[in-house]
Amino acid sequence: MSLTGGSGRDRPLVIGDREFRSRLMVGTGKYRDNETMVRAIDASGAEVVTVAVRRVDLDRSKEEALLHHLDPKRYFLLANTAGCYSAAEAVRYARLAREAGFNEYIKLEVIGDQETLLPDVAGLLEAATALVQEGFKVMAYTNEDLITALRLEDAGCAAVMPLASPIGSGLGLVNPYTVRTIKRRLKTPVIVDAGVGTASDACLTMEQGVDGILMNTALAGAEDPVAMAMAMRHAVDAGRFAYLAGRMPRREIAVPSSPTSGMLD
Amino acid sequence: MSATITIAVNGKDRNVAARSTLLDLLGSLDLDPRAVVVEHNRDIVRHPDLQSTVLADGDSVELVHFVGGG
Repeated sequence: MSLTGGSGRDRPLVIGDREFRSRLMVGTGKYRDNETMVRAIDASGAEVVTVAVRRVDLDRSKEEALLHHLDPKRYFLLANTAGCYSAAEAVRYARLAREAGFNEYIKLEVIGDQETLLPDVAGLLEAATALVQEGFKVMAYTNEDLITALRLEDAGCAAVMPLASPIGSGLGLVNPYTVRTIKRRLKTPVIVDAGVGTASDACLTMEQGVDGILMNTALAGAEDPVAMAMAMRHAVDAGRFAYLAGRMPRREIAVPSSPTSGMLD
Repeated sequence: MSATITIAVNGKDRNVAARSTLLDLLGSLDLDPRAVVVEHNRDIVRHPDLQSTVLADGDSVELVHFVGGG
């Protein structure tokens, strides 16, 4: 029996105490304009939409706030701690985000290196532990290391978010084995965050059995973000259902699909 | 002449009238208090407390909001 129990249907994605139908989460950065962003997010079917916390630009008069474009009733806004390089800094940003936002969820990033934007694992665990203590639902951006993922789960994270490849790289799923292993070993939802470049990357990632994907640059950096959002929506669904369906075994030889009997003399 | 004090707002020095409150500061910057989060000397100040928080010389204020991000 397949993972759908023969029903051909998926179950909702549950993170903390929230249920989501879409397994595609999208960011709001780097779009050429807000109108394109809004249309792309709409086309993606995403419910979870990430935002960053930054200083108000006091020199620019009356810039339109991001939230003006995103209906908080329609989208679940997930603030991040992007750009933080220490646990203390990430905790500070998370508190500000909670104050600015609508929920206690935080996408925790503690970056360890400017060139690769790979996570500082020690800082990440420290910040995750502190934020869980403060009542946050922590979704932790991490590398593809199983042990770190297990420690994040032990720390009480609501989701563990290993990368497919570095943030903004579009290199796709570099190591399917490690991501698959993390998913197999954790009970906490596993959302792949960062590195997906095009639809086949998203499909392949979902085929590993992970619970969802978060992407930003793959949409914002496409020539037509709205069309790519549509492609990603289908790719995530396709990969998810392929995983649930249970693929046929691989064989090194051909096996005919049509009957070998009943042939004419 | 009324006395002024110097505070840092988002990392930049700014002169404001002595005894100004955080709400006065937001008003002078034409910012809607509901659209920003205010950090005063590293502590978050909730909206009901903006009016009662009086600024002192050398204070540091951070005004943040949500922007696009991944």
